[in-house]
Amino acid sequence: MHVTLQRDLTDLSNSVEISSLTVQFGSHTALMDINLTIKSGEFISVIGPNGGGKSTLVRLILGLIQPNIGTIYVFGSKPSDLPSDAFGYVPQIKTADRSFPALPIELVASGLSATWPRKVKGELKEKALDALKTVGAEHLADRPLSRLSGGELQRIYLARSIVRNPKILILDEPATGFDSTAEMDLNKTIENIHKVSDTTIIMVTHDWESAFHHSDRVAVLNKNLICCDTPDSAFSEDALRVAFGHIGHTHEMLFGAKHHH
Amino acid sequence: MQEIINILQMPFIQRALIAGIVVGFLGSFYAAFVVQRRMSFLGDGLAHSAFGGIALGLLIGTEPMWIALPATVIVALAITWLKEKTELGSDTAIGIFFAVSMALGIIFLSLKKNYSVDAFTYLFGSILMVQAADLYASIILAVVTILISARYWHRWAYATFDTELAKSDRHNVRFDDYLLSVMIALTIVFSIKLVGIVLIAAYLVIPAAASRLISRTFYSMTVLSIIFGITASVAGLFLSVIFDLPSGAVIILTQAFIFFLALIYSRLRK
Ligand SMILES: Nc1ncnc2c1ncn2[C@@H]1O[C@H](COP(=O)(O)OP(=O)(O)O)[C@@H](O)[C@H]1O
Ligand SMILES: [Mg+2]
Repeated sequence: MHVTLQRDLTDLSNSVEISSLTVQFGSHTALMDINLTIKSGEFISVIGPNGGGKSTLVRLILGLIQPNIGTIYVFGSKPSDLPSDAFGYVPQIKTADRSFPALPIELVASGLSATWPRKVKGELKEKALDALKTVGAEHLADRPLSRLSGGELQRIYLARSIVRNPKILILDEPATGFDSTAEMDLNKTIENIHKVSDTTIIMVTHDWESAFHHSDRVAVLNKNLICCDTPDSAFSEDALRVAFGHIGHTHEMLFGAKHHH
Repeated sequence: MQEIINILQMPFIQRALIAGIVVGFLGSFYAAFVVQRRMSFLGDGLAHSAFGGIALGLLIGTEPMWIALPATVIVALAITWLKEKTELGSDTAIGIFFAVSMALGIIFLSLKKNYSVDAFTYLFGSILMVQAADLYASIILAVVTILISARYWHRWAYATFDTELAKSDRHNVRFDDYLLSVMIALTIVFSIKLVGIVLIAAYLVIPAAASRLISRTFYSMTVLSIIFGITASVAGLFLSVIFDLPSGAVIILTQAFIFFLALIYSRLRK
């Protein structure tokens, strides 16, 4: 009965609904009393200091961790009840074994099979190659993963996350290891996905400039959700002061984000 | 040629061949995961835990396998648990059990008179004196391995590469890890009676190490490892009969020779 009631209250045009949510690891509180609603098709950037709970928030949305207090619904369901192919995910800290004998095309195909593929051929291969093309990495398809640079590997992960046409795309610092050209390519790719599809995009980033210019809303997170608002309001001095403390430094970054184009 | 046909007609050789192929398959299939997950020490550790169990069995005079089987499975679970719950690396967790099991085994054996002959059999095996019942047990395990690998090869491979991705695709990585450890423990226990502790530990490392050198994908690494393992069993067995040398030792050297060839091939290809 209780569950049905919850579902009735859920607005299906929202992709993520988080209320009064707290996450603790032992005695350490990583997220504190978070309330956040994300609409379908929105592009949200998440910024905040290291250890501010950004990765915890996205792993919560993916259903990889459970809240201690509060509720989270993704498309009206508990995240862990949703099929995994609803999510496209680029994890932050690569737990990947870089010496694993594998080809990029296999890693991308794993996004379609949701497990490790034996052989990549036929339709699976075509779709994987398409995704590699989208991120500008088709030339890497057959190069062993162990020979890729960090930025190249990151692109393969991005291709893997979009190959399944996810309803929610979750990118946790996807530009790590990118040079500035690669970063612009990444922004273009994501911008394009945002334009042509109704995919909800949640991107954790340290790149304030792209957060400012590309996303619909910016969430500022430091254990508490300080705000989740339009880029103009989120990049206000107050919000940043609360999140990062020292205003002198943030002011320069803010200035860069708003005026440098 | 006639000589080989004559050798092949001897029942003990036929049983040894089947044992070599079955153990070669089991050991070198799981070896792909053991090597890629850097658990090479696990084979050694578990094999020596089995030794502790066998020694206890010999001491109290029951079939040693009935003690070795649960002992080894429990140690495999304990090692996996220690690795998961503490900051200790698996090598450290294994090292602890390795040493304790050996110490217990030696104490158990010292309490029993005339221990050395029996214990020697278990350490180095006697593939030429295989019992039919032991053979059936390992054949059943090989069939079970083939059946579950249809599903679990993919999952184990996925989590070997990136646990975070495997978890995000709703795989129960914890359960899968425990299952893999138990299957490796069973492989070791069922193989010890056939080929001995030293040889099964070699199967769990060398064929996959050789195939890792020349494989671009994990699937080909797995397949080549199995091919290398079985080839080493068959070739090593024939060589040991022809030259009248200890079969287990010759099989290990054959594996090492294949590893050496793979190493040369991988260098030349670059
Ligand atoms: N699995 C975990 N166990 C214990 N503490 C954790 C775990 N994951 C994250 N934390 C802690 O929670 C806090 C937030 O971490 P995280 O979400 O990774 O921050 P961010 O991604 O913003 O840098 C940090 O203090 C981190 O140490
Ligand atoms: Mg993080």
